[in-house]
Parts: sequence; structure tokens; C-alpha cells
Amino acid sequence: MEAVTLLQWTFDILLGLGLLWLAWQALTSPDLFKGIVLFIAFGLLMALAWVRLDAPDIALAEAGIGAGLTGALLLAAFAKLRTVKTNRDIAEHPEKGKLKNRSLQFWPAALLLVVAAGLGYAVLSLPPYATGLSSEVDANLNASGVSNPVTAVLLNFRGYDTMLEMFVLLLALLGVWSLEGSALTREALPGPVLNTLTRVLTPMLILVAAYLLWVGAHAPGGAFQAGSVLGAAGVLLLLSGWRLPSNLAAMPLRLTLVAGPAIFVAMVVLTMLIEGRLLEYPPEQAGILMLFLETAATLSIGVTLAALFLGGRPQNKNNKEHT
Amino acid sequence: MNPNDTLSTALLIAGAIFFLAGTVGLLRFPDVYTRLHAITKADNVGLGLVVMGLAVQAETWAEAGKLLLIWCLVLLAGASVSHLIARGALTRGIKLWRR
Repeated sequence: MEAVTLLQWTFDILLGLGLLWLAWQALTSPDLFKGIVLFIAFGLLMALAWVRLDAPDIALAEAGIGAGLTGALLLAAFAKLRTVKTNRDIAEHPEKGKLKNRSLQFWPAALLLVVAAGLGYAVLSLPPYATGLSSEVDANLNASGVSNPVTAVLLNFRGYDTMLEMFVLLLALLGVWSLEGSALTREALPGPVLNTLTRVLTPMLILVAAYLLWVGAHAPGGAFQAGSVLGAAGVLLLLSGWRLPSNLAAMPLRLTLVAGPAIFVAMVVLTMLIEGRLLEYPPEQAGILMLFLETAATLSIGVTLAALFLGGRPQNKNNKEHT
Repeated sequence: MNPNDTLSTALLIAGAIFFLAGTVGLLRFPDVYTRLHAITKADNVGLGLVVMGLAVQAETWAEAGKLLLIWCLVLLAGASVSHLIARGALTRGIKLWRR
């Protein structure tokens, strides 16, 4: 037993030091590509750290969204940076960049100071010892409609957090779409290997997403993990040169994107009308309502992540040029 | 220590040796193609041994099946991705290493 504990301590210390080292290397690397790769490695080690903390739900989300999809997004952004000439422009006219920076330096710094002060206050005002809320969650688990405490917290007890997260994702996509007119078609490399891999993996990824969504009721899993797997399927399809058919790019795509947030809002209104309180489900129907909510959320998360990877807004007018 | 434990310990250690060899190959080999060779061989065989070592400890057949499925997916992804990396390196004109 002693040897096992010692081994676990060694592993944990190495993991912690590795995380710190990777974070520092990723931030300070002058080579952007190297920084991104280090960030992905950081995400994978972070997932391991969550496993060591007995939080498999967060580990799954970290591996899927933190390392996998964020890594893919960063790599896609890096590929676009190389084609855009802004870097060279700034290098050729350094005085222009400097002037802008100097006038803009004060306000972000002031804002950061205010945020840091607020965070410091929040941390210092915490009670010195707290038992946490896990016993209360356990006590109320029967009324939540699911047996996985994490899902009970995310969808029932603190459902509004998840609702706000859905809106954050939607806002992020709207931000990306408003920056760039239409999706750039990068030259795809549809080799036979990538095509076969996509054909084999896409149905399997959809199946895994459905499984994660379903299993979330009583084991680690849920909307965000399932959504990230669905998003990964989308990224794979986009990489192999597939594009959304033009008749789906307009209304159906947008409806899927807002389905999650919209159904959340509908559920808020419904629960306010029935129970009189925000997202408080009637206990008998809680399980089925949450599954419904999570299904819509999974679809929206998956499609949003894939759309973020694509970058610009898919257009239905000039689609013939792109295909 | 019952025979099951002995078997899975032996398999896990053998798997770890393959991972170590793959890592050393990744760090020490001269170019991208030889490094790919080292890392994919280590991943495939090393992970296979680890999966077998863990499957011996599995309590149900479903658990062992899931482990096997993970290994198959890694085999598929590893082989495909290393092919894609090698092809990308070739199209970018990275020369093969010659002694």
C-alpha cells in the first residue's frame, strides 16, 4: 500500500510540474505552431489531472473541447494567419502599430486591474472552511430525475449556468460570422486514406455522441461531451472537403444553431409558468425534460463547434463558386 | 499475487517498454519519416499490450470489449494520421533522410 501511495504522489507531482512547464512553454514560445501543439499537449495532461481528481466528466470535456476542438480551432486560425498579410503589414509599418497600441494601452490595463481586484476580493471573502454542496446534491438527487450528480447540477440545480454557456457559444459563433463574410474554401486534400477514415469514423462518432448523451443520466457524459464528439465529426467532414449542401446552409443550419438556447429559454418560460421558479422541473417529468433539453443542446454545441472551425458564414448564394 | 495479476503486470510492463522505445525513437531519430515509424509502432503494439493487460482485469466482457474497441480506434486513427503527416511532409518537399 505504501509503495502505491508513493507512486501516486510521484505521478501527481510530475503531472503538476509538467502542466506548469507546458503552460509556460506554450505562452512564451516564439513559434506560434509550436505554441499550439504545446497547448494541445497541455489540454491532454489537464484531462489526466481531472481524472486524478476523480472528475471524469470534466476530464472528458477537457479532452474533447479543451484539447481536441480548441486545438483544431487554433490550428485553423494559424493556417488562415499565414495567408492573411496583416503580420507583414505590421512588420513593414511598425510605427502605425505602436501608435495604436500606446493610446489603447491604458484602458485594458485599468480594466484588468479592476477584474484582478474583484477576483482577489471574491477569493479573500470565501469562508476559510467549507464542506461544499455535495451532501445537499446527494440529498436532492432523487428529485432531479437523473442519478449522475454532475448532470443533476448542470441541467437541474444550476441549469441557468448551462443555459448561459449555450448563449456564450452562440455569441462566439456570431462574432466569428460577423468578422468574415463567407467561408473560405481551403484546398482540401481528399486522399483515399482521409476519405476512408472519415467514412468509418463519422457514423461511429455520431453513435458515440448519442451514447454519451444517453449515459449522462447515470454516468460521466452529457451534452457538452456529446456535443464535442459531434463537433469532431463535423471537423473531420470539413477537413475531408465536405461542405454543407446549399439548401441546408441557410435556414436549417441557423435553426440547429439556435435550437439549444431557444429550447432552454422555452423551458425557462415553461417552468416559470408551471412551478413558478426558474428551471425547476416537476420531479416526475424531470428526467425526460432534461433529456430533451440535452439533445437539443448537444446538436447545437456540435454544429456550433464545427461552424466555428469552418470560420466564415456559410453562404447559400455563391455556393457554386465554392464547390 | 494470483496468476491474473502476474499476467497483467507482465503485459503492462511490456507495453510500457514499447512506449519508452517509441518515445526515445521520436526524440532521437533523424527525420519526420523515421520518427513516425518509431511512434506509430510503439503506439500500436504498446497500447495493444496495455489494453490486453487491462482486459485481463476486466470484470465483464463488455468492459474488455470497450478496451478492445479503443485499441482498434487508435490503430485506425494512428495509421491514417501518420500516413497523412508523411504525405504532407512529402508534398512539402521534406527530403528523406540518408545516412
